[in-house]
Amino acid sequence: MTVQSETGSQTFVLLRLGERRFAVASSQIAELVAPSRIFRFPHRSPAVEGVILRRGRIVPVCDVSEQLIGTRLKARRFYLIVVRHYGDKSEWVALPVSGECELIGADMSASSDADIPHVAGWISHDGDVIEVLNLDVLTPGPGWTPRTDAPLELQETAT
Amino acid sequence: MQFPATHKGPALRTEQIILFRVSGELFAVSSGAVQEVRSVDSLAGSATEINAPGLAKVRHIVRRGERSLFVVNGAMHFGLPLTSGLLVFVLRSTRTALLIDGIEKMTTMTRLQGLPMAFNQEERSWYRGLTALEQNVVPVVRPEGFLNDEEISLLEASLIHAMPGAAKISVTKRGLPS
Repeated sequence: MTVQSETGSQTFVLLRLGERRFAVASSQIAELVAPSRIFRFPHRSPAVEGVILRRGRIVPVCDVSEQLIGTRLKARRFYLIVVRHYGDKSEWVALPVSGECELIGADMSASSDADIPHVAGWISHDGDVIEVLNLDVLTPGPGWTPRTDAPLELQETAT
Repeated sequence: MQFPATHKGPALRTEQIILFRVSGELFAVSSGAVQEVRSVDSLAGSATEINAPGLAKVRHIVRRGERSLFVVNGAMHFGLPLTSGLLVFVLRSTRTALLIDGIEKMTTMTRLQGLPMAFNQEERSWYRGLTALEQNVVPVVRPEGFLNDEEISLLEASLIHAMPGAAKISVTKRGLPS
């Protein structure tokens, strides 16, 4: 993960899914790791691929690319392990990503009612406007159902 | 083969488990939850067919003492490719006799991690959690998760039609028909 200027009031990790970039608040990142063996066992949660072992923890792997870019990733370079909150509890979730991640500083604009639920806000970086992801909406949990009608044209807009 | 109930020492926090296979997949169950292990052959003569609409995973019942046990096909329960099944676990304090393919081994687990919250479907009732064993992750089944209350009610209703003379079925000294 590369570290760029941290001039903004908050820090974010930029992740790449295919040709698109998204941002996650750095406070919600546990680590970035190389892909490792996925353990699979019977279950009925389609958003969960399986689990990986990391630092003694069993971490579910959730590929969110279909929700965000409309297709599954063809190649995975890393797992970005994020912290997902469930009420007052939190757990790690591994998100496959297709490229390097960057740590940047930026000011976030809050999302509006017009934004899709997994958008926590927007940041500007290198001439792009990038979605900041709301992981608690994007990744599965109790009562969760995946969104499949994400307006892809809004996900990264050139300024 | 009979297993005694497991007593967990508070200091060690370990638990004896049985690793077993269903349709090639590996699962674990607490050895204390398994009252008996029987071969399918030993039950074949005494099992009675049952047909509960919408519940294909149970096709037979066997009597054990005063109770009727429902034979749950493990492969169908977990949505796996069907196999013939060679062994049956009689699960303690349940109405379930679980049809499996074979026992891998008995071992000890030192840590059971709750199923991650990302798993949000019926597997939450199937599993107590996950355990890491020898560079593998194995789901630990919940004995009472093979049949829920609704399914048991459905099966009991079908049982009346399947076994009108259930009380006449012989029971051997080992507790199961042979």
